[in-house]
Amino acid sequence: MGNGWALLRRKKALTERGAILNRIRTYFHEKGYLEVETPFRIPAPAPEAEIDAIPADGWFLHTSPELCMKRMLAAGYERLFQICRCWRAGERGVRHLSEFTMLEWYRAGADYNDLMAETEALVRFAAGQDKITYRGAEIDLALSWERISVPEAFERFGGLTMEEALAAGSFDEVMVGEIEPRLGQGRPTFLYDYPASRAALSRLKPGNNQLAERFELYLGGLEIANGFSELADPAEQRARFEAEKKAREREGRIGYPMPEKFLAALEDFPEAAGIALGVDRLVMVLLDAERIDDVVAFTTEEL
Amino acid sequence: MYTSADLRKGLKITIDNEPYIITAFDFAKPGKGQALYRTKMKNMITGSTLDRTYRSGETFEPASLEDRKMTYLYKEDDHYCFMDTETFEQVHVSESAMGDAVNYLIDNLPVDILLFREKAIGVEVPNFVNLRVTQTDPWVKGDTSGSDSKPATVETGYVLRVPPFIEEGELITIDTRTGEYSTRVKG
Repeated sequence: MGNGWALLRRKKALTERGAILNRIRTYFHEKGYLEVETPFRIPAPAPEAEIDAIPADGWFLHTSPELCMKRMLAAGYERLFQICRCWRAGERGVRHLSEFTMLEWYRAGADYNDLMAETEALVRFAAGQDKITYRGAEIDLALSWERISVPEAFERFGGLTMEEALAAGSFDEVMVGEIEPRLGQGRPTFLYDYPASRAALSRLKPGNNQLAERFELYLGGLEIANGFSELADPAEQRARFEAEKKAREREGRIGYPMPEKFLAALEDFPEAAGIALGVDRLVMVLLDAERIDDVVAFTTEEL
Repeated sequence: MYTSADLRKGLKITIDNEPYIITAFDFAKPGKGQALYRTKMKNMITGSTLDRTYRSGETFEPASLEDRKMTYLYKEDDHYCFMDTETFEQVHVSESAMGDAVNYLIDNLPVDILLFREKAIGVEVPNFVNLRVTQTDPWVKGDTSGSDSKPATVETGYVLRVPPFIEEGELITIDTRTGEYSTRVKG
């Protein structure tokens, strides 16, 4: 059954997507960022408990360009960005594609507060307009963006404390069912300060080792981006990776070699912050698209 | 046996020895968190609904349903009548058990009737059904509104969006899994 019509129907969305990508590149070039391309196929993805890479001829398709970009940061590059395809096994739904487009950027000398400010500036620039309507509700990008800490969000929306949710093993369920739908309504929301156990590559908060300097951006209940102050301690990073690897083994997930070259590079790592933004998701919100399928030329199923 | 990764809208599974159909499905995965498979299900006998969230690696028994090839005959009061093409036995299916199938019912349409303990509880229509367009507005040439589709009514009364070039009286193919226009039947 030919689906030329289905493909052509997306022309308007794809045209707008192209314009958004253009504005993103313009923003970073104007801010002195270098656009880089790092390999998609890598020998050792970051061992994270809940993210599965797709094997590719003995290596893996990257789940994010994070490790290669951070090696460049360690070598002395100060401002980097990349827009590339990433792959995550088994992730498919209305808001997920197993192959999707990621924007990542990294900045030496910055922390997660600096990155939240820069994310605001970038999203406003990429949107090209202040007011957007997503799923019937208006989001005003010109208002001051809301900031709620994760512990605060659990108490306000979840009806229990973050510690209670972690102890009960219901952190993700409460996050998805009770908290996320209430974020980014009317104005964008930054959710910040995640439990240390949920931030494998982030720096811990000074003076509170239960929390990590990690944040997420939400627009209209949709998770758009995840950023953090980078962990720059090779011994601590190795210990975190070992813990994540153990969790993967317990659940019978595919094993990866330890990313030794990345860990070695952390010896020279500057203070820095980095963020990954789901480009398809951002386009969904800006175009008021119901499904991620509506903003890409081809889904996996259509190939 | 199904696992969490198989869950999707329309899948039929057994819960507490009763058949359920998934009526809404959502894959969720909070950043760095675990995959959650959120479902809304309908009991295929009682019609009662259930919301359940599952994690990766859970397993499910398929609903133990018998399906039989039948064709559509006619509607009588609030029941739809079908006939087994081999035994000529006739069965009645209640309107509530018909679901979206009512959108595609034309005479002699081949269907699968789902039976649970010999009671007809559901109807599955073919993935693609050809239906004639009975009403749609003509395409205004030079229309610059940028509209890429228009509403059309087909012979069953069902209304859907079709490309602008479709005209009244034409036969179109509908994908019954999504309810959307698929292609024009040439001829």
